[in-house]
Amino acid sequence: MRRIGIDVGGTNTDAVLIDDAKVVQGVKVATTADVTSGVATAIEALHLSANLAAGIDALMIGTTHFINAVVQRRHLTKVAVIRIALPATSSLPPFTDWPAGLAELANGGVWQIEGGHDYDGRRFATLDIAAARQIAREIRNRAQKYVVVNALFSPLDPSDEKVVAAILREEIPDVSVTCAHLLGGIGLLERENAAILNASLIALAEETITAFEHAKSKVGLNAPLFVTQNDGTVAEASRAAAYPVFSFASGATNSMRGAAYLSGLKEAVVVDVGGTTADFGHLRNGFPREANAVVHIGGVRTLFRMPDLVSIGLGGGSHVDLDAGTIGPLSVGYRLSKEALVFGGNGVTATDIGVAAGLIDLGDRKRVAHITADEVNGILRRCKEMLEENVDRLKTSAEDVTLIAVGGGAFLVPEELQGVGRVVRVQHGGCANAVGAAIAQVSGEVDQVFQGLTRDEAVASARKLADTRAVEAGAEPASLALVEAEDTPIAYLPGNAMRVRVKVVGDIRSTRIEKTAKEKVACQSVS
Amino acid sequence: MRQLSPEDIEALSVGAWILGTGGGGSPYHALLNLRRFYNDGVRINLIDPDELDDDDAVAVVSIMGAPLVFQERLVDSRLIARAVSAMEEHLGRKFRAVMPVEIGGGNGMQSLLAAVHLKIPVVDADAMGRAYPEAQMTSFAVGNLAPYPLTSIDPRGNEAIVGKTSSWKWMERVSRKLCTEFGSIVATCKAPRTGAEVKKWAIPRTTSKAINLGRAVVEANRQHADPIAAILKAESGKLLFSGKVVEVERRTTEGFLRGRTVIEGLGENHGSQIRVDFQNEWIVVWRDGQAVVSTPDLICVLDSESGEAIGTETIRYGQRTTVIALPAAPVFLSPRGLDHVGPRAFGYDIDFKSVFCS
Repeated sequence: MRRIGIDVGGTNTDAVLIDDAKVVQGVKVATTADVTSGVATAIEALHLSANLAAGIDALMIGTTHFINAVVQRRHLTKVAVIRIALPATSSLPPFTDWPAGLAELANGGVWQIEGGHDYDGRRFATLDIAAARQIAREIRNRAQKYVVVNALFSPLDPSDEKVVAAILREEIPDVSVTCAHLLGGIGLLERENAAILNASLIALAEETITAFEHAKSKVGLNAPLFVTQNDGTVAEASRAAAYPVFSFASGATNSMRGAAYLSGLKEAVVVDVGGTTADFGHLRNGFPREANAVVHIGGVRTLFRMPDLVSIGLGGGSHVDLDAGTIGPLSVGYRLSKEALVFGGNGVTATDIGVAAGLIDLGDRKRVAHITADEVNGILRRCKEMLEENVDRLKTSAEDVTLIAVGGGAFLVPEELQGVGRVVRVQHGGCANAVGAAIAQVSGEVDQVFQGLTRDEAVASARKLADTRAVEAGAEPASLALVEAEDTPIAYLPGNAMRVRVKVVGDIRSTRIEKTAKEKVACQSVS
Repeated sequence: MRQLSPEDIEALSVGAWILGTGGGGSPYHALLNLRRFYNDGVRINLIDPDELDDDDAVAVVSIMGAPLVFQERLVDSRLIARAVSAMEEHLGRKFRAVMPVEIGGGNGMQSLLAAVHLKIPVVDADAMGRAYPEAQMTSFAVGNLAPYPLTSIDPRGNEAIVGKTSSWKWMERVSRKLCTEFGSIVATCKAPRTGAEVKKWAIPRTTSKAINLGRAVVEANRQHADPIAAILKAESGKLLFSGKVVEVERRTTEGFLRGRTVIEGLGENHGSQIRVDFQNEWIVVWRDGQAVVSTPDLICVLDSESGEAIGTETIRYGQRTTVIALPAAPVFLSPRGLDHVGPRAFGYDIDFKSVFCS
């Protein structure tokens, strides 16, 4: 299998070519304002021959574009929201507790109707189908296209959301419906918020992915396009366009997955030191540990699975104050190649300290000769403290951990750190994020409440469902492996209720192999 | 009588969560509801128990149920008000004021939501001074007051009245069954109290206490000062331990969330561990096999940085936590009080010794 992995970061766009299990080459180009020309440039920089380009199985792209759109409040479309939960929940309607500016941009009208289920699967109230149809017509008359449907306890029983989505599709031919049960677990408001953010980004996601496809054909690649997700897996482009929130944190995840892959380690702490920030995460079973908690995005409270990360303002471009002995959090970012001392700039950056200390060889060394050894050591000591403190925040026990240091600023990570057994550096570590994108697998996930089953039976049922979902998403059935199974008993519910979360991953089914198999079948039927 | 300001409401949500001692449900949704009313100009009045006449009728309210269900059905202020109105219809008389059964967690704010619709004040008192899981764990039960009647209301229009039970424990059993049948979340109006009973048996000024606690935390965070030091100072608390969560174990038995968490010391506590057992709320703190704090002393597990309370349902690996103790309401320190809420009431064969007595 030959794949290209690309990570579009804030400063650089990294690309790697992987053949079977080996990184053939990696390149770094500057990220462009329009995102996609940087992607085309990165692929071009790999210098693929026509022959090689034809032999690429998949192109995987990771991007921070969608989360930036929310944070910067740009490119968001208005969303109509239908909540199916009356007579409950009406005192806290959709968009409750949103930052005012963001709500104004995204609120395209709110409707609440009767329906939904209870935690035990019983119906809560009869679904008001007549009201749903009436609302669908109102939305059509307002010429709105993006709609969120959220029903009471829909993660346990999504049928009402599905019925209302079908009505919307009947009444509004080009509607785009986001069903909340596909985005988040239990937590009505938080799930709804995630669904609204998602719906408001679909137009941008479709546009971005079309542009990626464009960049792909521009460089003569016709491999299928995948987009990387928060959990370290990938989704086919069309699915990714429908679920942009699942790509929110893929950059950091890709680095961690790449670090795991390049080092061969499955349990470790990873630090990715980039131009602006250092991101810390914990690898468990080769995947980033996920935060089981509410995540605020652009000031909106959401609940969907994101990697558990710590980010600090420490990177190769961080400003250094020699007098105060401090580093960061401000950074010169993508202007590093002009503003660092060694590149002819005026301000001292972490990169200049690295050059002065002999940790890296970049630019004009003479330009940092005036920085004293004491000053250099002071800054490196501060750097070490910051790294130690944040590695410790992620640890789950007092034992020493292995730390994998990746990213362009990894030279800032010293060999000896308190609480760290050893520091691992890897070849191609500067492009770990692109490697993580290139090796990404497909996943299937389940988060559901089971009742009246033993623990083993409940976990087994969840596993089966997760397998099916992974295969539907494009995984090779034979390659499926369990990465996570967690069961939590639930207070006050009768009948041994327990919430089970299971995740499986598998390799992407190779389209080339499928084609060959189909051709064979065709030949046989002819002969 | 004093009017609660918007800042009071915000502070109450922080303080009530701390007094929840790990349970009581998050006050977040109740706060959102109250903010909406406050934005519309509604204001709530708080009256001191001493301002009640002896024969005033006081409604005691709470939301009962599973926190998980709470996250979906959200709390609807009209439902709580309806629980009170249903009781008024049953009794044939109006309430002078409403009060929370427990100040800890979300229930510390539900009485305010009822008060909005009923247009009556909230009494600055509760019957637990914190959160406890069961009906007989109240100061009214310690005082041997009548456990009945009770109204139990669901949002679909199902309403039940429990006319009489032979004991507080029976009231607990029956009301828990109703709650489960109605979908594991109901609004309840508990046995009504007279002004005289409130003055004699309720735990006074706990809403003010929660507001003060919350204000200390908010203020410390704003000044980048230590919020935990602020909490200890505001309520004469004791710092017990500071560290990182390294183990969490949960199971449900008889409808309760039971389990324990192990916290490994950091800083001054480096090299030692504590274990905190819970049954919905934090019940006992163990160190080297010895119980060092137990109910009814309040055990609060707080986020070491923000000072925010951490619930037994949400505590997880790696969290930086500080464990503190706050003094219990005196009514629970008597032998009768300890029968209701001492460690033996939770199945621990240990004697209660307050950390505030040495």
